[in-house]
Amino acid sequence: MPQTPTLSVRNLGIEYKAKRGFVKAARDVNFDIMPGEALALIGESGSGKTTIGTGLIRLLPSNARITSGQIVYRRHTLVNGQPGAVEREIDVRKLDQDGLRKFRWKECAMVFQGSMNAFNPVLRVADQFADTAKAHDGPQGRALDERGKHLLSLVRLDPNRVWKAYPHELSGGMRQRVLIALSLLLEPQLLILDEPTTALDVLTQRSVIDVLRELRAALKFSMIFISHDLALASELVDRMATYYAGAIVEIGDTRSMFNQSRHPYTGGLLRSLPTLESEHDSLASIPGSPPDLIDLPNGCKFHARCAHAQAKCSQTEPAVEELGDRHEVKCHYWREIASARAERADPHRP
Amino acid sequence: MTTPIISLKNLTKEFEVKRQVVRAVDDVSLDIAPGEVVCLVGESGCGKTTTGKMVAGLLAPSSGAILFKGTDIRELKGSAWKQFRLGVQLIHQDPYASLNSSQTIYQILSAPLLRHGLVRGEAAARARAIELLELVNLTPAADLIIKYPHQLSGGQRQRVSIARALTVNPSFLVADEAVASVDMSIRISLLNTLTALKHKMGLGVLFITHDLALAKFFAWEGRIGVMYLGRMVELAPARTLIDHPQHPYTKALLSAIPEPDMEGVKRRERILLRSEDIPSLLKLPPGCAFHPRCPAFEGERCAALTPVLTHFKDGTAVACHPVGEQKLQAER
Repeated sequence: MPQTPTLSVRNLGIEYKAKRGFVKAARDVNFDIMPGEALALIGESGSGKTTIGTGLIRLLPSNARITSGQIVYRRHTLVNGQPGAVEREIDVRKLDQDGLRKFRWKECAMVFQGSMNAFNPVLRVADQFADTAKAHDGPQGRALDERGKHLLSLVRLDPNRVWKAYPHELSGGMRQRVLIALSLLLEPQLLILDEPTTALDVLTQRSVIDVLRELRAALKFSMIFISHDLALASELVDRMATYYAGAIVEIGDTRSMFNQSRHPYTGGLLRSLPTLESEHDSLASIPGSPPDLIDLPNGCKFHARCAHAQAKCSQTEPAVEELGDRHEVKCHYWREIASARAERADPHRP
Repeated sequence: MTTPIISLKNLTKEFEVKRQVVRAVDDVSLDIAPGEVVCLVGESGCGKTTTGKMVAGLLAPSSGAILFKGTDIRELKGSAWKQFRLGVQLIHQDPYASLNSSQTIYQILSAPLLRHGLVRGEAAARARAIELLELVNLTPAADLIIKYPHQLSGGQRQRVSIARALTVNPSFLVADEAVASVDMSIRISLLNTLTALKHKMGLGVLFITHDLALAKFFAWEGRIGVMYLGRMVELAPARTLIDHPQHPYTKALLSAIPEPDMEGVKRRERILLRSEDIPSLLKLPPGCAFHPRCPAFEGERCAALTPVLTHFKDGTAVACHPVGEQKLQAER
């Protein structure tokens, strides 16, 4: 697939200023997202994963700044629903306020975690859509009505009931779906979702996931799904990145991340995930807790919790290694760990 | 059969909300044997937390009764009431809110020890506090005991609140979403600690969670009860409930849980509900509360008659007209 990515992130660094020093929420982050592709960013609380999302649309709080790197977005023409040539290329870090206003929502939209806080409580859904359209030079009048109602039906809501409703008249799951519909109002080609189902119940979460899958199939946008939940993400995305202490430690397609994960952190996350099928003794936690992002340890940031760590791990931070097929890992000893695992699985191998 | 440590008899709790009566818990009966684990599972608003609070003695039931070691807790007075309150301890969901931020871990743990005369003097309290921290695998205990809650990680804090619950030597723990606030990667070790304590001290546990996969893991040897809008709809040994769910609601819940499926062979059939919206507790549907959403809806009987939780010979219990009928026929 000789395609240009919708989003290219290179050497991205983001820091927060705190009393004790600088919180390094992102260090040398690199990834590409192809047109129509979905990437999950998986990390624990405090790993900096939300910062990546807000950083990409330059919505960081005033005590944070992008210290290095490049964020390049490319809008592609759509030919029969398939991405074609690059129509527009935007260097996000170089945008001024006006440029940012045009970039946000039209090119790249973000859905945040708490759906209740995202709405103005005294505006009807229709007015929330109108506000957004006005602020970002979107459709007006009849065109807005049609587009808005169409989007609501795409997220499996009854447009006649919801279009004139106030946020408090909707349940949490409905609000989250309205928010997703609203995010797609101006046809962005990149959607960032930050833990969109965390506050929802199981059955509601299921309908939000199903809606997202349908939307992605119908509208072909690219997506970044920020979550702590590997199982949830695995149902939605093509590729996954595990994010630890402000850096991507492994990235690859979903299947190889589950079946051939190479980084001990990814493996640890997978083993700590209770599923309905998992056996009781196959589960284990990762010992210890994540490092302080202000005072990061030397070497590999995971070494203190890693069962495979050796002297080298506490001295030098491993570089990114490409394993082929866009699978990348940051670990000195991934080869040894992988072959030891293969041997355990098949002790009679020559 | 031994006397259950906790026994719920037709437990009901009503609240008044905006001059309307909301029945948060409706006719729940459950016996928990000493040392047994029961997980209560359900979505928000199903009454699982209210049930937990009643068991811990924090809320009085509107009707029905709670028996502690065979005695109705309303009849407990004086030292017997105190024994019940000490015997049943609660672990809260959020260790950021449940630990006093201006007290050191030593102060948090020593207060109940000294107040209830379980140890004499500061030195003994310190030694016991260290012992308790080691019991919940929080080491080095001697260093941690002088710290404040904000100096600990979320997982460490939750271990402190478990240790605090253990100060008064309880025989029963109510854990309400006790691991929901800690990260996935450390949940299992927290649960393993709880399980080890249960074995070591013979504790009975009522574990309240919204996560069925987690419930299966924790209640491996115990039972799971599924609640829907205030009522218990299914109760069965954990692995039976997960592998052979019977109530349509349990089936729907299980089929909705995201599961990594790398080979593309989903074992569970997806169940579509007739309606996606959960009814309000203020306007409960008549009959079986699940009937407007139930894929196995059978008309009049489901819409008019509330099914009661029926116990069957195989050790499971279900509150559903069609399922109950089939099971009764099979038993004959």
